[in-house]
Amino acid sequence: MSELLNSTEIKLINANGFEGVLNNSLKEKASEVLENIKFPTTRTEAWKYTRLGKISKNQFDVKNPTLNSIEEFKIVGNAYTFVFLNGFFSPELSSKEFDKNITVNSLSEIDQQYLGKNVKLDNEIFNSLNTQFSTGGVAITIKKNSIIDLPIQILHITEGTKTSSTTRNIIIAEDNSQSNFIEAFHSFNAENTLENSITEVFVGKNSHLHIDKVQVQNETCYHISTEQVEQDKDSTFTINTITLNGGLVRNNLNIDVKGENCTTNLNGVYQLKGNQHVDNHTVVDHLVPNCESNELYKGIIDEKSTAVFNGKVFVRRDAQKINAFQSNGNVLLSDDATVNSKPELEIYADDVKCSHGSTTGQLDEEAVFYLRARGLSEKSARKLIVSAFINDVIEKINNEEVVHYVQQKIEERFSTTK
Amino acid sequence: MISIKNLHASIDGKEILKGLNLEVKAGEVHAIMGPNGAGKSTLASILAGREEYEVTEGSVDFDGKDLLDLETEDRAREGLFLAFQYPVEIPGVSNINFLRAALNEIREYKGEEQVSAKDFMTMVREKSALVELDSKLASRSVNEGFSGGEKKRNEIFQMAMLNPKLSILDETDSGLDIDALRIVANGVNKLKTKDNASIVITHYQRLLDYIVPDFVHVLYDGKIVKTGPKELALELEEKGYDWIKEEFSI
Repeated sequence: MSELLNSTEIKLINANGFEGVLNNSLKEKASEVLENIKFPTTRTEAWKYTRLGKISKNQFDVKNPTLNSIEEFKIVGNAYTFVFLNGFFSPELSSKEFDKNITVNSLSEIDQQYLGKNVKLDNEIFNSLNTQFSTGGVAITIKKNSIIDLPIQILHITEGTKTSSTTRNIIIAEDNSQSNFIEAFHSFNAENTLENSITEVFVGKNSHLHIDKVQVQNETCYHISTEQVEQDKDSTFTINTITLNGGLVRNNLNIDVKGENCTTNLNGVYQLKGNQHVDNHTVVDHLVPNCESNELYKGIIDEKSTAVFNGKVFVRRDAQKINAFQSNGNVLLSDDATVNSKPELEIYADDVKCSHGSTTGQLDEEAVFYLRARGLSEKSARKLIVSAFINDVIEKINNEEVVHYVQQKIEERFSTTK
Repeated sequence: MISIKNLHASIDGKEILKGLNLEVKAGEVHAIMGPNGAGKSTLASILAGREEYEVTEGSVDFDGKDLLDLETEDRAREGLFLAFQYPVEIPGVSNINFLRAALNEIREYKGEEQVSAKDFMTMVREKSALVELDSKLASRSVNEGFSGGEKKRNEIFQMAMLNPKLSILDETDSGLDIDALRIVANGVNKLKTKDNASIVITHYQRLLDYIVPDFVHVLYDGKIVKTGPKELALELEEKGYDWIKEEFSI
């Protein structure tokens, strides 16, 4: 097994800075980009609805974490757990033993062709920052033909004020494997922290990979999170992005479907209040024929919060017989809540079935009255209707403990507003 | 049980109820009939607590409590039930889940124990049989995909589950065929006790062949202008409402 797991100390910052974990050639390329690049403004299409002033005008530093126990941050009790504190991998707090079919390596120990393979650096400031400054990362390989019985849990906890936390992880699901991941982003005594996380995912032939991603950092935290996924033929990839808290959250989910007969499922829920901002940008690129993708994102937007949904689906010229379905539904709970929803289908093939839909509305007041007229308090009535609204996405989470955790957080949210 | 005195109410500045008086005692069934626009549904809405209406004068005493001072959910918890004329569909909210939540909130309000899952399911089976509502429908989303008749039967099923003191049936017969009407009426009749009461709002006399009222009131131009025994309904059926309009128009 890797040296990574045997090390007993968290890599600390040294006097001159810190050691990035990616290889030098990638860091050089990133450095070149960073020399000339500026933070995108709202005139850049991809950032049209997300202002980065709070990030670009601030200074963030890498900081040593103090946390020494992660029990309260676990979502799943019995799992193979990886812990990142302020972007540093903590072997001490992570699981010590893993299923024999899971290989854990540091980024320098794996085949370097995977590293950064699909992570575009030109004109991409966050990808470049991540490539240059990642302080922690693991490469998790699920061996060919194996079925992993327990979920693999990756916990990220950011602490401190104006802390910069940067991680790069790689997940390689080899051919015919089956695995389930839970990734959670937490904050602990954190204020105005900046997390920039990239996970590169390689889904092998005929494999099944399921990721439940939960974001619960506090409302002062900034979080940019990217999944760069590549799917090989006959595989099924599902990712559920559940954003329950955060100050400014931007999720970039990019999936290249490179093999035939693939199924790709992307689902998400975002619940916002106060001045929170969540931006979900997704791209599904159908490069070859006979594949299916299903996308369902639901949002509950309250008070003065704002949400962005931008779902792009590309169907390339040779990608015939593609079924691509996309749907985004939003409920605005206040007069000041805003959502910008932009579905985009770019279709170059001619024998395909594609659809997209976006709805934005308010809670049906008639329904609220009906429930109250039966004895339910106004809060209970609204909660019931909102839960019903997002239920079809929650059903896509296949781990009971994650469902329970998510429902609890939603419950808590209802108890604190109004 | 309920005493409505000189009730005046408006919506968007237009006065609909112009001094309505009504007394209903426990064990009684009162029918309210009247031409369109008289204020029948307005009365039901105001009693249930719809906020769009403004009560400008008058009082409503419900078993010693000032009804107009209570929130909608508290009126339900005090024992008021409105069977809606147009029950809304609520996709994703299970009929029985919401009923159990409602039942428990009512019990909590009254300081009673919560209902157990087992007892609750027994109740569901019993009460859904009362209105011949397939238990499958009972576990679906509230009114989603229900036919008109099923929606009305669902209202009575809920009434049976919540066991109110006073039920207000707002044109429960509208849109129903004879068979559905008979089932709904049968359910209402079975729930009648000497301790509860009903106000049956209807446009047509037909329903009153099945739910026999103790009193029939005619609501015209925002007031109750005539009260009589059940025969009054038959008289209205024969003569229509023009007779009332002639007698009482200003």
